[in-house]
Amino acid sequence: MTEHHRTAHPAPHVDGNALAGPLAELFAFDVTDAVARCGSCGTADVVARAMVYRSAVGTVVRCPACDDVLATLVESDDRIWFSMRGMSAIEVRRR
Amino acid sequence: MRRLPRSAWHAATVASVRPETSQSARIELDVDGWPGNAAGQHLDVRLTAPDGYTATRSYSIASSGPSSRVVLAVDRVPGGEVSPFLVDELRAGDQVEVNGPLGRFFIWEAPGADVSDAPNAPDAPDVSDAANASDAPDARDASRPVQLVGGGSGIVPLYAMAHAHAEAGDDTEFRLLYSVRTPEDTFFRAELAQLAVNGPGRAGGIRIDLIYTRAAPTGHERPPMRLTRDEVARLVVPAERAPRVFVCGSTGFAELVASWLLDLGHDARSIRIERFGGT
Repeated sequence: MTEHHRTAHPAPHVDGNALAGPLAELFAFDVTDAVARCGSCGTADVVARAMVYRSAVGTVVRCPACDDVLATLVESDDRIWFSMRGMSAIEVRRR
Repeated sequence: MRRLPRSAWHAATVASVRPETSQSARIELDVDGWPGNAAGQHLDVRLTAPDGYTATRSYSIASSGPSSRVVLAVDRVPGGEVSPFLVDELRAGDQVEVNGPLGRFFIWEAPGADVSDAPNAPDAPDVSDAANASDAPDARDASRPVQLVGGGSGIVPLYAMAHAHAEAGDDTEFRLLYSVRTPEDTFFRAELAQLAVNGPGRAGGIRIDLIYTRAAPTGHERPPMRLTRDEVARLVVPAERAPRVFVCGSTGFAELVASWLLDLGHDARSIRIERFGGT
């Protein structure tokens, strides 16, 4: 989502709140207030507190505690690739 | 926690666009099928060019409640792809697509308020450390003071919370610390002054502390400069009173304020942050 002329000045990271829209197309619940456990350091926290790095290529979601990759998201016009390889578990509240 | 409406893509018609500050516009949208939203939620705006190219950006919502009239305040990011169009080119009657309402993390709801007509679901009890980590809102939160800290256009979701608090006549203690460049750069200037008329001691009231970083109004005692740690220590509800703190601003602003709050003894689980990068 970042503009091409911005490559010399990369946009700062944002946070997991920004995932609410893109992931609403994939999940029946709001992922941003689900709790994810980092497969690397074991920290469990709500996805909204993760660090999110967006570029023209895609989105990388990193653990707020150890900075390891929790998930990646790549979107095109007709499909979405979503990897959660850095999460060992995710806890979703029933409503 | 109360049940919030599900998000979906909606067709929206621009009802009005007017300058908010010299660098921003207040945009009112009539959103077809909008289910209402909680204070602090955001939406994604998608623009489609004639050649089919699309660009999507997230914007906080300045309004809350069941209405399908949704208010945004959008800052013009120089060189940005979407915001200059929204601020400078968008006109009443134009159509955009919006996905929302989005986000359950950065929200404040008045006790007893319900933005949707869906039945209320009781909260499940916490069963694990992970559940505790979520710091999900529950009945115990109702009596805790609320501290809002905003930088620049980061005021937008916080204004929605302050307004919802005032509308509800809610007796939770509310404070807002708002850092802005100049008086002319202040979002919701008249509305904030109106909200502050009801002081912090009254239901729906709020204490507002404005920090001017570049130019202050005539007669303002504090010289214009950036917000300092000492000011945060002095103006924010103290940690021992266990406030719920909502911080919204640029990534740099939000992380600096959050680091000071942690230094001052605030519990990390009581601090909710929404950062924005800016395109």
